[in-house]
Amino acid sequence: MNLLFIIFAPFFGALLPLLVKRASRPIKTGVTLLIPVLCLIVLFQYAPATLAGDVPKQMVEWLPGIGLDFAVRLDGLSLLFAGLILGIGVLIIGYAHYYLSDNDDESRFYASLLLFMSSMLGIVMADNILLLWVFWELTSISSFLLIGYWFHSSDARRGARMALATTGAGGLALLAGLLIIGNIAGSYQLDDIFAAADQIKAHAYYVPALILVLLGAFTKSAQFPFQFWLPHAMAAPTPVSAYLHSATMVKAGIFLLARFHPVLADTELWFTLVTLTGLITMLVGAYFALLKHDLKGLLAFSTVSHLGLICMLLGIGTQGAVIAALFHIINHACFKAGLFMTAGIIDHESGTRDMRKLQGLMSLMPITATLAMIVAASMAGMPPFNGFMSKELFLDQALQQHLFGGLSWFIPVLATVGAMLSVAYSIRFIHDVFFNGEYKELPKKPHDPPRMMSAPVFILAFLCIAIGLAPMTMVSGILDQAAAAVTASPVDVKLSLWHGFNLPLLMSAVAVIGGIVIYLARDQLFTFNRQFDGQDAKHNFERIVQKASDAAASFYDRLDTGSLQRYIAFVLISVIVVLLPSLSDLSAVTGGKPQLPVDMVSMVGALVLIGAAFATATMHRNRFVMLTMLSVVGLVVSLAFAHFSAPDLAMTQLVVEVVSIILMILALFFMPQKTSRASSGHRVFRDIIIASFIGGIVATLNFAILTSPFESISDFFLANAKSGGGGTNVVNVILVDFRGFDTLGEITVLAIAAAGIHKLLNKLKPFMPSSDIDGRPWHRIRHPLMLTTVANIILPMAMIVAAYIFLRGHNLPGGGFIAGLIVASAMILQYIANGVDWVKERFNVNYQSLMSFGVMTAALTGIGSWVFNKPFLTSWFTYLDWPVVGKFEFATALLFDLGVFLTVVGATMMILSNFGKMTTRHRPTHEGH
Amino acid sequence: METLYSVTVGILTACSVFLILRGRSFPVVVGITMLSYAVNLFLFSTGRLTIDGAPIYGTQETYADPLPQALVLTAIVIGFAMTAYSIILAVRTRGELGTDEVNQQDNSTEGNR
Repeated sequence: MNLLFIIFAPFFGALLPLLVKRASRPIKTGVTLLIPVLCLIVLFQYAPATLAGDVPKQMVEWLPGIGLDFAVRLDGLSLLFAGLILGIGVLIIGYAHYYLSDNDDESRFYASLLLFMSSMLGIVMADNILLLWVFWELTSISSFLLIGYWFHSSDARRGARMALATTGAGGLALLAGLLIIGNIAGSYQLDDIFAAADQIKAHAYYVPALILVLLGAFTKSAQFPFQFWLPHAMAAPTPVSAYLHSATMVKAGIFLLARFHPVLADTELWFTLVTLTGLITMLVGAYFALLKHDLKGLLAFSTVSHLGLICMLLGIGTQGAVIAALFHIINHACFKAGLFMTAGIIDHESGTRDMRKLQGLMSLMPITATLAMIVAASMAGMPPFNGFMSKELFLDQALQQHLFGGLSWFIPVLATVGAMLSVAYSIRFIHDVFFNGEYKELPKKPHDPPRMMSAPVFILAFLCIAIGLAPMTMVSGILDQAAAAVTASPVDVKLSLWHGFNLPLLMSAVAVIGGIVIYLARDQLFTFNRQFDGQDAKHNFERIVQKASDAAASFYDRLDTGSLQRYIAFVLISVIVVLLPSLSDLSAVTGGKPQLPVDMVSMVGALVLIGAAFATATMHRNRFVMLTMLSVVGLVVSLAFAHFSAPDLAMTQLVVEVVSIILMILALFFMPQKTSRASSGHRVFRDIIIASFIGGIVATLNFAILTSPFESISDFFLANAKSGGGGTNVVNVILVDFRGFDTLGEITVLAIAAAGIHKLLNKLKPFMPSSDIDGRPWHRIRHPLMLTTVANIILPMAMIVAAYIFLRGHNLPGGGFIAGLIVASAMILQYIANGVDWVKERFNVNYQSLMSFGVMTAALTGIGSWVFNKPFLTSWFTYLDWPVVGKFEFATALLFDLGVFLTVVGATMMILSNFGKMTTRHRPTHEGH
Repeated sequence: METLYSVTVGILTACSVFLILRGRSFPVVVGITMLSYAVNLFLFSTGRLTIDGAPIYGTQETYADPLPQALVLTAIVIGFAMTAYSIILAVRTRGELGTDEVNQQDNSTEGNR
């Protein structure tokens, strides 16, 4: 067993309840419970080491390149939180077993819960802050699933969205903060960061880092002004609320503050921000808690308030304050989980959570009432329960701090007010529900729930008492280590229920009396607050979201007009704007390499190319002329390749040119021959400007490249083509050997394009003119004799040439591509001259199969080298001496090239024959072409 | 020579871009095809210009850079695949929509193309 098990077991265990979807609920609950229980056992194995002051760690490399390793640790703080998460988790699962109705899908519930549990455990045990962040985001997502569990209810969906948006946005801020911290420390491992604490605090980016991390923590922990999402998350099933708002989700923010306490705390800014935020949150939360009529609403705001209290203690940051904060985290988890479960029981049994309808339930549910009173008393901070002690510590710390100079007195005063409100809403929870007159008619007649349903509450209530009476036995060990981890110094915690008569005790007494007074005067408070009724956080939030999405939509509408011309122009103008400034200084782009002299051939070629390019552009309205001009361009490009020592390119370009022009002429048959309307002068002018700028940029870039000094990696290829690849044509050796993988990819692309075209042509209803543009009908002779005769002569000759080109490819210009295109051109000529049917009678080959066979041949040649334990596509060659033929070279690269050849033939023929078939009225039915 | 070469590539690019900015599918496809020529020339020139230096053993004193040649050869074939695909797409669009305009019809406010 190891530490990673604790995180991974619930993560993968989330599948278990889904796997037993058909089983009965007890089985599902059983397998789900098994996981946290196992985790707890593992945790207990490690606990002694942690309690003795060690920090067990474990690491698995994940993405070392970005400093993200799967590193986990179990220091005191992690142990405290992991214990709470797992312990309360077990109780929640047991409780949910009874809480969920028969219509609820418990598998989905348990799965989300386990996923959430795993992400929380990941946060608290992460030893790498990037890993921490990954789990942080995972809690946002899994809590979204939990809050929105009843997705048929729009409240649940909205609440879930709001929680996700708020905590997700905070998560992004947190990531930015963590990256800054990691960059300053030079590592994302916690220990390195702790070691660099002084460096971080002194750094210029300390302030942004702190603010970003605090944004993450405050959104997660629902601190003011982000407290609005938490009450709406109450749309979740009660077990979820109990879990998320007692021990987990919202505590993640608190955990973050504690985790980074050694690194970020102890500065003026930290103190001011965290303490004041906590204080305001505590008061705001407590005030609204008192006003809520919904039981869960009351508890939600009281959670906000107590989180504020913990946050404030962490802001004060002394050793005593940290102990108080951690202690209160435990206590709050115990009593708040208990209270939520009680509220769930009341809701479950009576059918309502509205305190205006509930009253006098004491006589009907005595057990529930007793348990509720214990946990509520703990929340109110009554002795002898655990809440009393942490509240005393809190008041003591509020008194001790002197951080605001002469104004420090207002903190203990406001702390007492917070405690007062806490007493008031605790009384309200108990008095309104269980007393306050006789029982009234309710949707259901309530009674105590099954004993097992209140068992978790019983356990929690017991803990409240036990910790209260024997704090040293129960929690001092873990608090020592947790506080040591937060303050980065050894701590020895001393807790006792009775502190003697002192100021905090007096403040507690004032709080209790004040709380009772406030409770009695609550009606005035309700009346006072009624004037603010229109303000609902949910509506405000949704209005903001709606506005943002409207703005995005209108922006998008303006941007996405459906005009390709606009898009392209937009992209091109961006290119100009970005590139032009840096290229405007022409002298800077000249590299100083001496230029070659201009010879006559190049000059003529360039002029023809320029002329043809201009003609293509200007005559685009007469499309046939445009195509003719395009073919001139292609031809001269091919000559340019030949002139500049690239015979392979020249040949390839030439045959590709032939094939593509044929294809385009075919396409022109289905398209208008002329563009009827001309663009407006304005638009033409604009396009010319854009085109000139782009052309200028390309020319400048090209000039810069051509004149800069030259160093190439090609010497390797030049040196090794013969010895390593067995060929003297270096380009071909590169294609089929050194960089054969590129070529394999390329023929695959070609095959995919051909397959795509095949699909595009499927069921195409082409627009078929019966005459040319001037109204002349097509000639009745479909296959002119002259062409037929010539084509028939050319075919065998072309085949021989292709075979020759193919075979010599390794040593002289040529190869599979060129040979394939030559064969394809000759075949196309047959189609043009004799028609589809004629060809099919004589040469019935399925081009798809041919193409696939080609790709497979190439791939298998590559795989073949595995048989000899060589890497993919290693080639092998030897020299054979045959009679008559003489000595020649045989290379496996030739097989590869054969694959290329077959693919090129297959793909080209498939494209052209499929398309050409469209032009014949009598369409063959056979699918082979 | 280098100046002439780069100016030619620039003009070829400019003409292609002009065609790509037209409002009908056919000139756009022709523009794309011509642009692929320009791009191939551009990429080819990253190996610098060499006359009488075909990289074939035993034929020359010095060899031109073979690597850009091999890459451009690949690019030519891929360019062909792209041209073929886009032209068939244009035909298909014409068949489906009855028009070869590249702009969406219903909310297009620019009738001048």
